[in-house]
Amino acid sequence: MHAFMRLVARDVRLALREGGAVSTALGFYLVVVAILPLGLGPDLNLLARIAPGVLWVSLLLAALLSVERIFHNDMEDGTLEVIALGPLPLELVAAAKSLAHWISIGIPLALAAPVLALLLNLPAEAFWVLLLTMITGTPAISFLGAVGAALTLGLRRGGLLLALLVLPLYVPILVFGVSTMNAVITGPAPFLSSYLILCALTLATVVLAPIAAAAALRLSLS
Amino acid sequence: MQLFVEDLTCVRGGRTVFAGLSFDVSDGRGVELTGPNGSGKSSLLRMLAGFVPAAQGQIRLEGGDDDAALGEQCHYVGHLNGVKRAFTVYENLAFWADYLGGGDVMAALEAFQLENLGGIPAGLLSAGQARRLGLARLTLVHRPLWLLDEPSVSLDEGSRKILASAIRDHMKTGGMAIAATHMPLGVAFAQTLKLGAGRG
Repeated sequence: MHAFMRLVARDVRLALREGGAVSTALGFYLVVVAILPLGLGPDLNLLARIAPGVLWVSLLLAALLSVERIFHNDMEDGTLEVIALGPLPLELVAAAKSLAHWISIGIPLALAAPVLALLLNLPAEAFWVLLLTMITGTPAISFLGAVGAALTLGLRRGGLLLALLVLPLYVPILVFGVSTMNAVITGPAPFLSSYLILCALTLATVVLAPIAAAAALRLSLS
Repeated sequence: MQLFVEDLTCVRGGRTVFAGLSFDVSDGRGVELTGPNGSGKSSLLRMLAGFVPAAQGQIRLEGGDDDAALGEQCHYVGHLNGVKRAFTVYENLAFWADYLGGGDVMAALEAFQLENLGGIPAGLLSAGQARRLGLARLTLVHRPLWLLDEPSVSLDEGSRKILASAIRDHMKTGGMAIAATHMPLGVAFAQTLKLGAGRG
């Protein structure tokens, strides 16, 4: 447990120290959300209706930008080899690094969402659901992303392939994240059932994704 | 403690790199791996560390910690130094000490003459200094088996002597070392294993 926490703390510190990742993700999120109303025109009702989907899709894209870094940098400078010889099995290494990605990228993006929602005229009563679903869904984004990052480790310019691999896996999270919000904004579907499925998706991902990521890491290390 | 390698075969990308390799190393002994490029020195070391699965044969460490995998009882220093550029020299070692299980950071810095560079970001180190920082891991956390892949690359004369004395001290206290090298390390190894002999 000690080693696990140390690894999480190190990755969060590295993300903050290297800077780029967090601000790039936040900046990208802001730009995508800000540009959309310009393309769609100033129809406030339309914007309010599509706001949940827009906020979720752009969050996925923004998170994808930094997902590659979960393992790539450590592979490149050889630290991943040393980490692999440490006390943690690779499954827990993958989990720790995914968790660190969520803390350093997922949480800031989730917290930025309500601010960006102002640009899209999201109904006031939906703000708390927005924050709630984003905090619930973003761990799955980081953990699934880690699988893609591990799979594309050996490749040069694996970024695009990573997006192709991972974006389809995000679909369930996207669907239930958006439907949970729509349940509150437009009804009549009940809020709780969608939200609980979102929770279940995240929990299953957090448990299963590190196993897949570790298998891919073993392959990359050999 | 004794390391046994029995009938080991390494296949990479469909090509048999070496086959039927057997040797053993006991406490306080070392093995020098030599051989031309592509003869499987690095592959052997990566197999011993557990990164590359053996196509055939087995690797056993007897008399060690039975609960720990072989990988947890060895240090592997490969072509990459395992140094985080964004961290300072001290932070790099402090993390390894924490993560790999205890160790005296200051002593390890002094052993590789890095004590004056402790506060400098590792990204600013020269190639030789970064190599020394990677090697400092060896003395930082005690592990019985050292796997060294061309450890003296980019080291100057003085640093090579430091490395040699670190390996000698390790073997004197009952440690084992397996080093692949093209240049003599200045350490008297008990065995020399020539890979790819006759292949040219």
